[in-house]
Amino acid sequence: MVSKINQKENFIKGIVKENPTFVLLLGMCPTLGVTTSAFNGFGMGVATLFVLVMSNIVVSLVKNQIPSKVRIPAFIIIIATFVTVVEMVLEAFVPFLYEQLGIFIPLIVVNCIILGRAEAFASKNDVFSSIIDAFGMGLGFVIALTILGATRELLGNGSVFDFKLTSENANTFIIFILPPGAFIALAYLTVIFNKLTSKITG
Amino acid sequence: MEYIVILIAAVFVNNIVLSQFLGICPFLGVSNKVSTSIGMSGAVLFVMTIATIVTYLLYQYILVPAGLDYLKTISFILVIAALVQMVEIMLKKVSPPLYKALGVFLPLITTNCAVLGVAILALGLENGSLLKATFFAMANSLGFALALILFASIKEHLELANIPKGMKGVPINLLVAGLLSLAFLGFTGLV
Repeated sequence: MVSKINQKENFIKGIVKENPTFVLLLGMCPTLGVTTSAFNGFGMGVATLFVLVMSNIVVSLVKNQIPSKVRIPAFIIIIATFVTVVEMVLEAFVPFLYEQLGIFIPLIVVNCIILGRAEAFASKNDVFSSIIDAFGMGLGFVIALTILGATRELLGNGSVFDFKLTSENANTFIIFILPPGAFIALAYLTVIFNKLTSKITG
Repeated sequence: MEYIVILIAAVFVNNIVLSQFLGICPFLGVSNKVSTSIGMSGAVLFVMTIATIVTYLLYQYILVPAGLDYLKTISFILVIAALVQMVEIMLKKVSPPLYKALGVFLPLITTNCAVLGVAILALGLENGSLLKATFFAMANSLGFALALILFASIKEHLELANIPKGMKGVPINLLVAGLLSLAFLGFTGLV
């Protein structure tokens, strides 16, 4: 007997209470590595969301067939399969994004969010709840990456989603597009996120 | 000469953690004490070098001739996972003191994206050869070690500092990493 899961709460938790980036600090490498612009962050987030949803579905479907001793390698193969799919689709249809994300596409395999959800949620729950869980977590990741990307692009380049907000030769903080800016921007965004959520939850 | 350039580039200019963002999880997670970070660096040096040798040979002599190079992500991650297990078992048997020092870190390394990242990056080296790929992996793991040990020694001092409430924990660590990364930015253009 599986206890009834409140699907709305299941969905929301990934976005706020257990936000993978700001609260759980999972998947830090792509978070810091690709968010030089809002579009790159969004693209990486969507690619991860796709892999997360698909692998959660498959893991949840085959959970009773996999012996528990070999479950981790089995999950990794399932995840790697979908990552290869994403890699080939991006290369064929969005070559620009494929170039930008580079090494971080194959590295979705070792993104702890995906393996974490497969192990902690999909391997214990039914398919429908797993899909909701994956969408919640994935959206939390997409939102976090887009915000971080937009912040860095705005401060470093004076634009958001390639839409220029400053004059052509304005002095922007180039540092935010360079590697150190990723750490610094995420540090302050985490402070703001914690402040806001502590106000909401009390 | 070429090898010196690879070494300097990997350790300082394109530091794997601070400018390429690979291996951030152990960088933030296993850096509370200098002694543990040295252990982790040793384990990474060991696994990264062996993993790159094996995956390089696998790619050049099996995947490419068979036209299966699109399977590299799946096969590399499996090879690395199996390798970590094997290294763990062998170390336990062959060198118990080394196992005691590195043992706890080994399972963590499977999900260290630096290992998979370097294995993939090593395929793209100019005029690549097995020797060069091996050297590239070792240089990168030294870069990882440098960043991790530096960060751990700063964090040890940070414990005594008076930090504002909102910045405690994760944010201050990220900020310190950012400043460290800023320092490494000064090496740009060295090679």
